[in-house]
Amino acid sequence: MRISLRVNGEAHEADVWEGESLLYVLRERLGYPGSKNACEQGECGSCSVMLDGDLVCACLVLAAQADGHDLVTVEGLAEDGRLHRVQEAFVAAGAVQCGFCTPGLVVAAADLLQRTADPSDDEIREALSGNLCRCTGYAKIFDAVRMAAQ
Amino acid sequence: MDVLTPRTLDEALRLKAERPDAVPIQGGTDVMVELNFDRARPPALLNLNEVAELRGWSKEDGRIRLGAGLTYTEAMQTPLPALAEASRTVGGPQIRNRGTIGGNLGTSSPAGDALPPLLVCGGQVRVGSVRGERTLPLEEFVTGVKRNALADDELILDVTVDAEPGRQTFLKVGPRNAMVISVVSLALRVDGELTASFGSAGPVPGLVRAPLDDAESFPEQVASAASPIDDVRGTAAYRRHALRVLTRRALERCLV
Ligand SMILES: Cc1cc2nc3c(=O)[nH]c(=O)nc-3n(C[C@H](O)[C@H](O)[C@H](O)COP(=O)(O)OP(=O)(O)OC[C@H]3O[C@@H](n4cnc5c(N)ncnc54)[C@H](O)[C@@H]3O)c2cc1C
Ligand code: FES
Ligand code: FES
Repeated sequence: MRISLRVNGEAHEADVWEGESLLYVLRERLGYPGSKNACEQGECGSCSVMLDGDLVCACLVLAAQADGHDLVTVEGLAEDGRLHRVQEAFVAAGAVQCGFCTPGLVVAAADLLQRTADPSDDEIREALSGNLCRCTGYAKIFDAVRMAAQ
Repeated sequence: MDVLTPRTLDEALRLKAERPDAVPIQGGTDVMVELNFDRARPPALLNLNEVAELRGWSKEDGRIRLGAGLTYTEAMQTPLPALAEASRTVGGPQIRNRGTIGGNLGTSSPAGDALPPLLVCGGQVRVGSVRGERTLPLEEFVTGVKRNALADDELILDVTVDAEPGRQTFLKVGPRNAMVISVVSLALRVDGELTASFGSAGPVPGLVRAPLDDAESFPEQVASAASPIDDVRGTAAYRRHALRVLTRRALERCLV
């Protein structure tokens, strides 16, 4: 079946298998590999994207459900060639080791800061609770989110 | 596989009647896991995301109506304390933004976290088909482990609950605060009487009622009403013990 959707402001059409996920469409059909595929069951958050302004796991959205909808992926956060302040803070704080979890965490952190300008540690913990990182131990990630909030 | 995407409730019911083998999908947080892991290949999916009638919540005739498409993020904003608390414990933000009350009812898992709060609020499930509508108490809707009373051509429309919730709370035991399936859970409501409902401690969520004077023995009553099993998440003995503790803590919160 054919679906049409907007990704980072750009209109796309894709021919998809009826049972496939939005994550597969983004990565394999439309050339947005920023969202990562680790668990395909909503546990890790590495596929986090914004669907009509809501933070969701792209692996749990049926591609056909995104037909006619608006998406923002990690590729869409930078503006005019400048990284998003969350991305800059992740670099500056050294919040990246292998980097696999980073796109999902960046999207989730950007979503948090859009809703809560100056989050408490508890609010950061809650907002990032759906994202797993196997490398960093989260301390530097917290530093990065606090840095980006300033 | 076909994907059917109705734009209205009438169209959704008509499609479900024509294709009783179509599996409804709302947030997809249960259905997509099955698809991604090749555990299910339904002949068709019925995508309900575009059906506006299933969304949101409202007050109607002294009851609160929760649409089947109400997400946990939205349920956190309802004036139903136990449901709001339970919704906060579901998954993480990504799951709460997509997962719905109707999907929790559809899955009918003994661990479904929306079920105990809805049970203590007198939840009535309204289901519909081209044949008409019927309303059944939640305790009759859930009939077994992941089984419910829905017919092949029916969809869950909404759940209504008492608008005067009394004092309520929800407690859940799990290895961490977020992203956990309940090892055991408990919703308590205190108004003219004590009403408790527990999850993950029997094939279906349990419901226990007692007069206010029974507060002392209520934790034991709740624990003995449960029929837990040993599984990967905990032992039956632990679950019964935890129910006693949770009920006591819930009473402390609600009887002040
Ligand atoms: C990472 C993760 C964490 C989770 N954490 C929790 C948790 O903490 N607590 C918890 O209770 N659950 C949890 N879940 C399970 C799931 O999120 C919930 O059961 C949720 O309520 C399902 O809602 P949904 O809209 O996503 O359902 P879907 O996956 O869309 O559907 C679920 C079932 O309901 C049926 N259905 C949906 N809508 C209707 C309708 N209108 N009429 C008839 N049938 C319908 C579907 O056919 C399917 O059988 C978690 C899942 C994931 C992936
Ligand atoms: S790949 Fe989607 S949550 Fe892990
Ligand atoms: S940096 Fe490796 S998983 Fe987070």
